[in-house]
Amino acid sequence: MKDLAARALNMAQTRGASYADVRVVTRAFQNIEVKNARIETVEQNESQGFGVRVIAEGAWGFASSSRSDLSDVDRVVSQALAIARASALTKRREVRLGPPEAHKGSYVSQYRLDPFMAPMSDKINLLLKADEAMRRLATPDVQLITTGELSFVREYKTFASTEGALIDQEIVQSGCEIGALATNDAGEVQTRTYPWGRHQQTRGFEFVLEQDLVGNAPRVAEEAIRLLTADVCPNSDSTTVILGGSQVGLQIHESCGHPVELDRVMGTEASFTGTSFLTPEKLNNFYYGSELINLTADATIPGGLGSFGYDDEGVPAQRVDIVKNGKFVGYLTSRETAQELGLERSNGTMRAAGWNRIPLIRMTNVSLLPGTWKLDDLIADTDDGIFFDTNRSWSIDDRRLNFQFGTEVGWEIKGGKITRLLKNPIYTGITPNFWRSCDAVCNEEHWVVWGIPNCGKGQPPQVMATGHGAAPARFRNVKVFSKT
Amino acid sequence: MLGPDKAKELAQSALTSSKADQTEIILRSVDSSLTRFANNAIHQNVAESDSTVRVRVALGKRVGVAELNDLSADGIRRAVETARAIAQLQPVNPDFKGLPPPQPIQPVESFVARTADFSPEARAKVVAAICRQAASNRLSAAGAFKTESYELAVANSLGTFAYHPGTLADLHAVMSADSGTGFASAASPDVRDLNGDAVGGEAMDKALRARNPLALQPGEYAVLLEPAAVADVLRFLGFYSFNALAVQEDRSFMKDHFGEKVMHESVSITDDGHSAETFSVPFDYEGVPKQRVTLIENGIARGVTFDSYTAGKAGGDAQSTGHSLPAPNTRGPIPMHLFLSPGSSSRDEIIRSITLGVLVTRFWYTRVVHPRQVMMTGMTRDGTFLIEQGEITQPIKSMRFTTSYLEVLKNAVQIGRETKLFHEEWVGQSQRVPALLTEDFNFTGVTQ
Repeated sequence: MKDLAARALNMAQTRGASYADVRVVTRAFQNIEVKNARIETVEQNESQGFGVRVIAEGAWGFASSSRSDLSDVDRVVSQALAIARASALTKRREVRLGPPEAHKGSYVSQYRLDPFMAPMSDKINLLLKADEAMRRLATPDVQLITTGELSFVREYKTFASTEGALIDQEIVQSGCEIGALATNDAGEVQTRTYPWGRHQQTRGFEFVLEQDLVGNAPRVAEEAIRLLTADVCPNSDSTTVILGGSQVGLQIHESCGHPVELDRVMGTEASFTGTSFLTPEKLNNFYYGSELINLTADATIPGGLGSFGYDDEGVPAQRVDIVKNGKFVGYLTSRETAQELGLERSNGTMRAAGWNRIPLIRMTNVSLLPGTWKLDDLIADTDDGIFFDTNRSWSIDDRRLNFQFGTEVGWEIKGGKITRLLKNPIYTGITPNFWRSCDAVCNEEHWVVWGIPNCGKGQPPQVMATGHGAAPARFRNVKVFSKT
Repeated sequence: MLGPDKAKELAQSALTSSKADQTEIILRSVDSSLTRFANNAIHQNVAESDSTVRVRVALGKRVGVAELNDLSADGIRRAVETARAIAQLQPVNPDFKGLPPPQPIQPVESFVARTADFSPEARAKVVAAICRQAASNRLSAAGAFKTESYELAVANSLGTFAYHPGTLADLHAVMSADSGTGFASAASPDVRDLNGDAVGGEAMDKALRARNPLALQPGEYAVLLEPAAVADVLRFLGFYSFNALAVQEDRSFMKDHFGEKVMHESVSITDDGHSAETFSVPFDYEGVPKQRVTLIENGIARGVTFDSYTAGKAGGDAQSTGHSLPAPNTRGPIPMHLFLSPGSSSRDEIIRSITLGVLVTRFWYTRVVHPRQVMMTGMTRDGTFLIEQGEITQPIKSMRFTTSYLEVLKNAVQIGRETKLFHEEWVGQSQRVPALLTEDFNFTGVTQ
């Protein structure tokens, strides 16, 4: 790999690149899915290749190939340079990267049990046992579709640049999910999943075992069945809402994580994933949430799905403040966008979904820091409200203001107690108004770094893994309703 | 490019090296380039070359799948061995009916050399012209221009060998004024069909009209969905309703309603991978020839798409319609070449027929709220306008909707006569659709 990288960088420089970097990546993916007591999928994929990113004539070019042999390096480097020179035809200013990032180092994500070495039979049996525990709950009146999934990723990558960076990383991810989809003759369809869709971390097989899929399976199926005949979530223009921890995680992802991506702010995603309401004049000058809201982007959290040693520009992983006591204080940046905003350095959030993609600004672990409440106390403190748990549908506008989220389950709270199950609950709002209405965040006992393995961005499309530390939180004056 | 002879040679070597009872080989090769622009300049400009071999082996009814992007002899051997090792660990899958036997395939022509050979400079010139259009009107242009060539080959140990090369060109632009945006796009296998000036001009016109939008009160309105929005409607119906797995699992509104009227009589929907009017592919990922499937005919539910798995599960005389995705496929046989038949109205005629309504250019971030009714939520984007007394009178802020796509087509009282082709990037589905007018479309919110 290092020979390939050295050759690519040398060629790029000798042919006129003012900057070049190369990533050589091998990514293995294993996926096991069970459905209705049958094995639906056992699949193992491996993708390897290299990508060369250059600046020539002040503009970017990138080319990549799966043929990781020296003979293809010439062609790819030439292609990247030709592309950069084509980009320069529309250039309005030279690309500036700021001070060099010439780090040398290595990083291996921590895991105890190598998920690729864990016996396949253990993995299959785990899913089949969970499936059986769910299917036991089926009744003649209810059709159950039960599912389970395990996913494992191992990525080796070498990054090198003409500035002198040389970095090796190995990152392992493990993820799991079980679910029950219940239908009845009345045409009702309801779903429950656990932990929440596919939960994933940069850890080993021990992460999957800790989730206790089998122990949670009966509850998942039972709640899916109960939802078929549950009351519909009532409509209210203004009520109190408590979000479960995973839903807070998704709320952070969509309404905080994306709008603080500085590439969106600067318009470079305008035609696809959109822009951001958090425009530069709001930095250090805008109250994003109540004073309880403290958000960080921290790529150093052990096990977080957005954790790594160095980003794909060779910048070391960092922890940075995004919102402090409610005030908006920081963006996620790249080397180029940091310069455009007048910042000294990038805070290291550029990641590529593979050897064949360029790095983009991506969330690391964007988290809401824990508060002081125990969940039981928070419910007891709530006179009239709804507890929303486990995301089912999510949508937000292209500036990340108007959002609408539905969850799998709602629980009515009356007089400080959970009183009944509610189906099809939806809440909606405007991002800063919503976060300003937060008056309680649960404590570290409830805080989990939830993993989102499927965040989409960029063209060609890239799927990225992000993490979100979150605990349940309460919000006032929220519009809720249901759709059946 | 591998070419058919090399593809056949590689597939044959893989089949020969396999000791499984049945073996399937899928070879895919892609050369793809994409020029992305924003703020009136190219800011991302990329290319990739990749080739993969995907192997499915069956040991009796135990099935394993492995994929590598290494077409060397060693790589292919490793893929076959990995798939076999996985199959050996599996319990018997009684639903596996075996690989489909070879069937005659009618080739289609969808490879255009000038698209495959389109250079970075040629893409940059098209983009530069769009950026100049924007700059001259004090607008900011963003978008992407993709050109791609690909090959797909499917072979199996029963004698199937199918090979198809194709190309794709896709251009879209969003132009932004200080308080409004406009979108336009074009797509075709032939890059010469894409008129950059026209795409830029349409996006520019929309953006200029979209300035200073008003907030419209949410509620039910007659809505003219332009083709980009209609494409989204068909996309989700394909995923959630029009495939056999969704019916078999009780998730589709089509179940128990075949032969019944489920949509407005103006609506006819087909899937046709052979049509020259789409990004045609003549066979599926099992090497089964694609059939033209009538899904909705004059509002009446007629059929859904099958792969060999769902056909086997259905029993009787059910056959694969050539809609398999690469195994293992948990999503079902998704229709990948959808068509909504055009009507007789021009866009202007539809607008003139609206007393009070909304024109929607495209949707954004659409998600299923409830699958059986295809109840959706999402936002409008890049050109939403109020129509009053037969004229577009005001730009309005992007609206949130929560409505059933099934209801959208039940209430589709007029269908446009011009169709447009779209290619969805994430799964590669294409839709050729006209605009349509639907009544009682439910807007539930408005953004700031």
